[in-house]
Amino acid sequence: MSDKNDKKKTERRDFLFTATAAAGAVGVGAAVWPIIDQMNPDASVKALASTEVDISSVQPGQSLTVLWRGKPVFIKRRTDQEIQKAREVSLNDLKHPEKDEDRVQKPEWLVMLGVCTHLGCVPLTDKGDYNGWFCPCHGSHYDTSGRIRKGPAPTNMEVPKYQFVNNNTIKIG
Amino acid sequence: MSDHEYTPNSKFGKWFNDRLPLLSLVNHLTDYPTPKNLNYWWTFGGILTFCLITQIVTGLVLAMHYIAHIDHAFSSVEHIMRDVNYGWLIRYVHANGASMFFLAVYIHIFRALFYGSYKAPREIIWIIGIIIYLLMMAAAFMGYVLPWGQMSFWGATVITNLFSAIPLVGESITTWLWGGYSVDNPTLTRFFTLHYLIPFLILGLVVLHIWALHVPGNNNPVGIDIKKPSKDTVPFHPYIVIKDAFALLMFCILFAMFVFYSPNVLGHADNYIEANPLVTPAHIVPEWYLLPFYAILRSVPDKLMGVIAMLSAILILAALPWLDTSKIRSAVFRPLYKQFYWILVADVLILGYVGAMPAEGLYLLIARIGTIYYFAHFLIILPVLGLKEKTIPLPLSITEPVLGGSPNFAAARDKTEKIS
Repeated sequence: MSDKNDKKKTERRDFLFTATAAAGAVGVGAAVWPIIDQMNPDASVKALASTEVDISSVQPGQSLTVLWRGKPVFIKRRTDQEIQKAREVSLNDLKHPEKDEDRVQKPEWLVMLGVCTHLGCVPLTDKGDYNGWFCPCHGSHYDTSGRIRKGPAPTNMEVPKYQFVNNNTIKIG
Repeated sequence: MSDHEYTPNSKFGKWFNDRLPLLSLVNHLTDYPTPKNLNYWWTFGGILTFCLITQIVTGLVLAMHYIAHIDHAFSSVEHIMRDVNYGWLIRYVHANGASMFFLAVYIHIFRALFYGSYKAPREIIWIIGIIIYLLMMAAAFMGYVLPWGQMSFWGATVITNLFSAIPLVGESITTWLWGGYSVDNPTLTRFFTLHYLIPFLILGLVVLHIWALHVPGNNNPVGIDIKKPSKDTVPFHPYIVIKDAFALLMFCILFAMFVFYSPNVLGHADNYIEANPLVTPAHIVPEWYLLPFYAILRSVPDKLMGVIAMLSAILILAALPWLDTSKIRSAVFRPLYKQFYWILVADVLILGYVGAMPAEGLYLLIARIGTIYYFAHFLIILPVLGLKEKTIPLPLSITEPVLGGSPNFAAARDKTEKIS
């Protein structure tokens, strides 16, 4: 088309073609978008975006698993030894370097999504080569800070948005 | 082909056929000239059509009793098994039917690989076949999610998470696929819808697959072009129809053996436990027919590269007509290719085996070697082999090796020269 236009002056018909095509494309786009977007999380799913958890009964070394947005969240009350182990590690040894201090609000409480970053399985607590978590699906090992140390997972287990409402309650989301 | 000359005998038939040439189509299908040397490996096209229809009919019936909701799906499947009249039979036929479908499609694909059926002028038939195969895998995967057992849930989680490997938009795509932040009710309902839709898409593609086949006609075990119709061909009906029917009968015996004697042997016990998002089964394994690709996925230590390798393993088949540089179709006349063919068959079986095993130690090593060999077969061995291999001279016609002469000598020679 461009070859012809170079030689020929732009005509009224060319304008009509372009305008019709443009209007048609916008119209099709507007019609298709609702059909695509209806698959995104709906209002009722988004409404369940936060949850409050009572952590008063968790002893050091124990952990709690709660469901948030259909996914498990690990709330682990770490022992001094586990905290120390997580903090001793040099950042150079990590596949996804993150300081333990940046992953927790209170050193004692580790809160993270209990979802392996490889393909979404739930790792087993207090297992694996680093005594943190071990994913049985494809063999990813996490340390006591939930950081990936060995295996196919690309990143550390994700820390969700959370806050301590008081000393006994965590609000996730 | 006698399409144009065909006129129905009855007056009504003629009247109808002039307005809608359905009878001409039926006449084309019955008279369709078929190479007379087709062996039993050629009967799987008919068997696959049977499998598709079986899945559609049983699936339709199951959908009348199944409830696509996370609170009811598992129990509605148990309801089908225990309460619905013949529900156990219909569900077992549907579940084992999927396995039989894949068994047949793998034989069909490997037949095409052995006899070079993907080569010119049949590339489009082949590519449509690959699309059908991809849709079959999508349908099978989504169907496996519907009973909402542990394997359903975690299989769905692992496979949908594959999309999160895509850089930048991966997370949004995964959320969009789920309709939430994890595999949940919205995921189940949309999978049910798509599982219902895909078989009809496949049916449409099967029509195109057969249409494209009827343009050049069937390849044959000798792999030479033949004159049609000639003494090298027989009409589709009754010769091929009766051969296909006999093979289908044998196939149904095997099918029935699974359905009635070991209906669960191809499934996983974990899928009789209702889905639980807090507990991952110790060992997640896909259905047997996806295992070779699962092994390829796990053999790559990087997430994105693993996904790319797995998809490439399937899509590379679409490029096969151009990767295989040999002009000779049938492996019968390619002594070296024949050996590499059987090595590939073994390689895929080994990949399937290690795909079912834990991804560690020796299994992982074997999976890696198997993956490298798989790609080497298509990307290195086939292109080089076509240029280097000394092939055995082709016969001039199908009849020649049997009778020592050709009924249509000149025609066969012309065609052969074009190939070799």
